[in-house]
Amino acid sequence: MRSCCWRDVGRLEYGEAFELQKALVAERKRGEIPDQFLLVEHPHTITLGRNGHLENLLAREEVLAQAGIAFHHTDRGGDITYHGPGQIVGYPIVHLREWKRDVVAYVRAIEQVMIEALADFGIAGGRVSGMTGVWTGGKKIAAIGVHISRWVTSHGFALNVTTDLSYFQYIVPCGLVKPVTSMAALGAAASREDVMGRLAFHFGRVFQCEMVEASVSAAV
Amino acid sequence: MTDVVMPQMGESIVEGTLTKWLKKPGEHVERDEPLFEISTDKVDTEIPAPVAGTLAEVLVEEGKTVGINTVVGRINEAGGDGARPQSPAQQGPAAPPAAAVPPQRPAPSPPAQTSPPPPPAPAPNAHAAAQGQELGVRPGMGEPDFVSSPAPAPEAMQRAGESQGPLSPLVRRMARENNIDLNGVKGTGAGGRITKQDVEAYIAQQKGAPAAAQPRQPAPAVRPAAPAPQKAAQQAPQAPQTPVEAPPDSYTPPTRAQAKTRIEPMSTMRMKIAEHMVLSQRVSAHVTTVHKVDMTKVAKMRDRHRDDFQARYGISLTYLPFVARATVEALRTYPLLNASIEGNNIIYHNEINIGIAVALENGLIVPVIRNADEKNVLGLQRAIVDLAARARSRHLKPDEVQGGTFSITNFGSFGSVFATPVINQPQVAILGVGMVEKSPVVIDDAIGIRSISYLSLTFDHRLVDGALADQFTAKVKSVLENWSEEVL
Repeated sequence: MRSCCWRDVGRLEYGEAFELQKALVAERKRGEIPDQFLLVEHPHTITLGRNGHLENLLAREEVLAQAGIAFHHTDRGGDITYHGPGQIVGYPIVHLREWKRDVVAYVRAIEQVMIEALADFGIAGGRVSGMTGVWTGGKKIAAIGVHISRWVTSHGFALNVTTDLSYFQYIVPCGLVKPVTSMAALGAAASREDVMGRLAFHFGRVFQCEMVEASVSAAV
Repeated sequence: MTDVVMPQMGESIVEGTLTKWLKKPGEHVERDEPLFEISTDKVDTEIPAPVAGTLAEVLVEEGKTVGINTVVGRINEAGGDGARPQSPAQQGPAAPPAAAVPPQRPAPSPPAQTSPPPPPAPAPNAHAAAQGQELGVRPGMGEPDFVSSPAPAPEAMQRAGESQGPLSPLVRRMARENNIDLNGVKGTGAGGRITKQDVEAYIAQQKGAPAAAQPRQPAPAVRPAAPAPQKAAQQAPQAPQTPVEAPPDSYTPPTRAQAKTRIEPMSTMRMKIAEHMVLSQRVSAHVTTVHKVDMTKVAKMRDRHRDDFQARYGISLTYLPFVARATVEALRTYPLLNASIEGNNIIYHNEINIGIAVALENGLIVPVIRNADEKNVLGLQRAIVDLAARARSRHLKPDEVQGGTFSITNFGSFGSVFATPVINQPQVAILGVGMVEKSPVVIDDAIGIRSISYLSLTFDHRLVDGALADQFTAKVKSVLENWSEEVL
């Protein structure tokens, strides 16, 4: 069975996390490391995907700066999204050639990991056709945006645990005029650690790999 | 030359959007260096070059979505790492992109490649075979089903179309429409696949040399053998317009099996209209609001002056110039309706140039009344009559159909009560005028007879919100209902 190294990186600035991913992707491509599953929390950040539309950013960059929100253009798929405290951002670095060479299957699998983790906390997450992500009651609870280079994945998902949802007012998330929600808003009193543990567990099941927890010091 | 194709990124994926070229035409690219990016679902993927060389051609521009295996560009290997002597054996039209095939591959061959021909000497890209496991099998993503796939033997290609790898929907359709047996078509695309060009060349060849200049013509095979009876059948519903051409009693049932369809190329105007309508629907967020307008005052004025107007100016007086005049007033009040969008900017037009949709026999054209705000009802009516007449006799000058800032379409003249017109790009709104009809209306709790018309405004919700659209339409309505201008 393949192994996958997962770790809670903790609070990390978006740009730094991006550099960390790039380094790990390069190592993964060279076959020096197994698959990785990073779990991160970003400070207030808004990121725009390569195919994103700037008009979905509802505030000018100066306004964001004033509100203490960083703004990044990034190379993942998808439109615009918000990251911030209370959100678990997952960055799986997976060599799809060793799993399935299918980007759609990969995205569906990432959704499955979150749907199953949410179920452990009593939340019925599901899919909405044509709108990638995890939805519950017509509201989006998790967003997905992925980049693939030579079948190695980067970027990933953002799951709202106790996210302050008012920060989404600055954007039209993923270009969709749909409400967002969080686990806390749905009444699930889950700690960040608990949710991460369930995500790692289900990640191992869905991707059929053995999850090995690494210490942060070894990672960064 | 090596074709670079849209790769298939998963079983269920049939198309991808090319989001970014990472190299420009003429730029050198190393084998396996990222060449372009594609997007499917929420996934962006970098696609590496299948061979080293110069990016010779970009066939699919950024932002376009194309089916998998569509050739998106071509790489010229000459001078690159993949340089090879131009041996005559590889020059034929069916020559596979040999440089993409490592001839002495260590990995097991895919089933399609049961008996590869002996590798042409000297071995192209021989270094590929010597590469490490990760990259050595093939260029591209390292997968046989990716960027140009291994070429089957040329003989096999000619034997069966199916063995030439997947056919694009376009090629299938062309084959079906032109009644072509693809087994007879030589593929020159990646891995010997049959491309659109191959089919076009085949059709041209079948039709003989002169036809080469017009390869898009349907093959004669699908032309109806007996056009006359079919024409009669087709045109029967339009009988009032062309009664002489196809009297029903001249219809003779076809003796042999006849084609179920008749194929006719679109006119240039029809193609332009089709293109423009779809473009408009794609570009603008179309929303239509409808207001009911009491045209009684205008109708009375029109009735009173119609004969005088005709006598004095030689033209009839219709409702349209009244609506145009009221529209000008509203555009002055709400200039956002007289704007267009360019990138993230709003362009406010200082001139009010109103396009008037004119129905032609087989199409539609929208000539423009320039500086419509400088004209009264007489001036507007003159302009409308003049433009419509010259549109129908095809005597419009090119600049008379350009530069419109707002359009009006008068479908009421065909009896329509209200419709939802399509915006004339790059404008942001169009006003549709429904038929003016006497209707019972409740006025101060009494029922009266009024001349009623529905005005429908289709607006681009990217720029104009519903509230503004309704204020604008209400202004048009108000000017019409409280008409105060003399028309003579």
